[in-house]
Amino acid sequence: MSIKDKCAIVGMGCTKFGERYDTSFEDLIVEAAYEAFEDAKIESKDLDAGWIGFTSSSRTGESMARPLKLHNIAVTHVENACASGMEAIRNACHAVACGEYKMVIALGAEKLKDSGLAGLPQPGGMHYIHPAMFTQFNAPANYALAATRYFYRYGIEPRKGKETLAKITVKNHFNGARAPKAHLRNEVTVEQVMAAPIIAYPLGLFDCCPTTDGAAAAIITTVENAKKMRNDYILVRSFGLSIGEGMAAVDTDYDWTHWEETIRASQKAYASIGVKDPRTEISLAEVHDCFSISELIVYEGLGFSEAGKASEDVDAGTFALTGRQPVNPDGGLKAFGHPVGASGVRKVFECYKQLQGKVDDPRRQIKNPKLALAHSQGGQPGAFECVVCITGLPA
Amino acid sequence: MIGIKSYGAYIPLHRLAQADIAKAYDRGGGVGELAVANFDEDTVTMGVEASVDCLKGMERSIVDTLFFATTSPPYREKQSAAIIAQALDLKRQLVANDLCDSLRSGNMALNLATGLVASGKSKNALVVASEVRKGFPGSEYERVLGDAAGALLVGDTDVIASLEAYYCIADEITDVWRMEGDPFVKSWEDRFVFTQGYNRNIKEAIVGLMKKQGLQQKDISKIVFYAPDARNHQAMAKGLGFDPKTQVQDGMFGTVGNTGAAATIFMMVAALESAKPGDMILLAGYGDGADAFLFKVTPEIEKCRGHRGVKGHINSKKALTSYNKMLRVREISPVEMARRPVEVASAPMMLRDRDMVSTMKGVKCKVCGRVQFPKQRVCYHCRTKDQFELYRLSDKTATVFTFCVDHLAATIDPPVIKAIVDFEGGGRTLVTIADRDVENVKIGTTVEMAFRRIHDAMGFRNYIWKSRLVRG
Repeated sequence: MSIKDKCAIVGMGCTKFGERYDTSFEDLIVEAAYEAFEDAKIESKDLDAGWIGFTSSSRTGESMARPLKLHNIAVTHVENACASGMEAIRNACHAVACGEYKMVIALGAEKLKDSGLAGLPQPGGMHYIHPAMFTQFNAPANYALAATRYFYRYGIEPRKGKETLAKITVKNHFNGARAPKAHLRNEVTVEQVMAAPIIAYPLGLFDCCPTTDGAAAAIITTVENAKKMRNDYILVRSFGLSIGEGMAAVDTDYDWTHWEETIRASQKAYASIGVKDPRTEISLAEVHDCFSISELIVYEGLGFSEAGKASEDVDAGTFALTGRQPVNPDGGLKAFGHPVGASGVRKVFECYKQLQGKVDDPRRQIKNPKLALAHSQGGQPGAFECVVCITGLPA
Repeated sequence: MIGIKSYGAYIPLHRLAQADIAKAYDRGGGVGELAVANFDEDTVTMGVEASVDCLKGMERSIVDTLFFATTSPPYREKQSAAIIAQALDLKRQLVANDLCDSLRSGNMALNLATGLVASGKSKNALVVASEVRKGFPGSEYERVLGDAAGALLVGDTDVIASLEAYYCIADEITDVWRMEGDPFVKSWEDRFVFTQGYNRNIKEAIVGLMKKQGLQQKDISKIVFYAPDARNHQAMAKGLGFDPKTQVQDGMFGTVGNTGAAATIFMMVAALESAKPGDMILLAGYGDGADAFLFKVTPEIEKCRGHRGVKGHINSKKALTSYNKMLRVREISPVEMARRPVEVASAPMMLRDRDMVSTMKGVKCKVCGRVQFPKQRVCYHCRTKDQFELYRLSDKTATVFTFCVDHLAATIDPPVIKAIVDFEGGGRTLVTIADRDVENVKIGTTVEMAFRRIHDAMGFRNYIWKSRLVRG
């Protein structure tokens, strides 16, 4: 038994991402859900269950039942940090695949700009981060630790390393400038990126994704049902989930230069549908680029680049829109923005539109994609919550 | 034989140039510098540092008494000695007490310690004196007060300096004071302070002791005594007939400053560092009276070397970049922190985890031998449950595995260096590198652990072990 090809996405919606000061958390949920309803040509009363992913914006399944008036159906809040949105989709698919529910919604949303904080609110209550042990646990700092070690391990002079990272940022901004719903829509140059203020050395401002408001939604049903609903439904082909146990700062064997969870999750997803060579078989990927170094190491984790060689592929333009294997065609977290719980669903949204050939700006439409990979990793190095979701066109 | 068995000291890394103070108030000149505790240091953390130095190479469990002397404890109500004992991993059967309200607290602690040992109630009594006093911005006190700590272990075996005599007087005078809630030292006009308080009292104690013991000036190898500043120190030495060049312990007014209640213990450490067997050391303190000790240095002194002490800290220094920086690290000028989540604290968690947080004890798996910090229930390597022994890491050195410089951290003095460090002998942790030194932290750099304040949250102070570049 596996989840393989048992579920289909028949409708999706995504809000404009950005600093939505005029918009509430509930507004974002309504906006994303109703766009998905319209796309799937259903109404909210057609749903028999729902999953919502977010980290800090609200609580419980009621957070979606209330704004959408879901009238006492099953709704669950799932939380796996930055992978929360993708977890909503994964859990929804498992429920549909086993036959418990027929038509469900998986939605991710986050409202960050109401907090007044630079960065993210403290996650997970006082038992996640010991109040006297690991305060000031900033996300950029954690990834910066990995960047320093990655440069050292592969003998990359830090300035050269920063240049490689800058190229990733430049690519994502280029793509984001071609995504109408993206948060940041300006192109940038390597020089600009290199000259930006340092946030957590070696990472500068442009190595970090913004804090963003947004939501995205998917309507998921059985393949049988999907066939009756539309011709261009998208198949959910496989998932992989791997959760790190947080030992990066404990275990002296952890090298800080590879993402073990990403390797495990993607291998599971590849194995269940027989992907042997992800470099040629995966047409495009939406990956977790909360920081530029994250995307660099993700290339290696997903098997797109050999360990230690990702910078060569970056230099070759492999992951650009026009490259051999486009990554983050919509701009990724860097340019599209990162409303934590929404991002996983947004990544699947881009895969869905790309596979359908219906990307909102044709300049970033990839020709004839077959398999699209969405990747989310929450947490920090050594303690990732990593989900990989592969979608594809029906055979 | 009762006396001092070991010594240790601590001087903060940062020094404020007198010239910078002068410049801040549109004056020229300014000679020398003052030691300034960093924003994450207080008398408790500095006391821990001096104690670690003093107890170097010893079993910590021998200490049965701990006296902490200061006029600037972090808490008005709550014992600092208990925090220091926890950080040092001292045993639970411990007599611990604070002496916190007199400039002579250091000497009083030493007197009590020798008394307890003499009475047989203590075998090894640790005297820790530490001070972070503040003067009003622009005041004379601001120009003389410095921060440091000293520690002396008192016992009746292996004594390096035996106690020969003690003389003490009590005196009531309102010369220098701080009332409840006063952040800055206050005093009456200086002629009154010097003539009616300091001069009269300390002279009486020193002369009193010498007379009692039938001593002449030439019988004293070194006199160690408190003074409010360099000028008074010099004048007192001359007035008493001692040769300032050969017989008087340097007060370090131009390098460290007047260290208040810690001054006598701190200066005594410096005197012991260069003492020879047979030396007679007279140690005198002032504050609400005065007292004087007479110590005789024993041949054991030669075994008591290799402590970092005063010598090991005094040239290990870094200039504060400005007077303004001093105002910030001493929290005299308000600082707007980065907008980060509100920091929380939990007294029950601190109680439950004090071995881990305050003593920096991790665990070592009895099955596979892996050292793990923070403590775990299930071994990350072999998955064995609850088969661990406690393992102290605070006294281990470590090597930087990777690091970053975090400009977003909510701290009084950003940026913060965070690092993953691997301990000598096993174990790894994520630490803050205190006394940030961006140029000198690299992968492979050796660090040692330093007990520091992490934050004041929910109305109380939390401490943690950070790392820092090796001093000395």
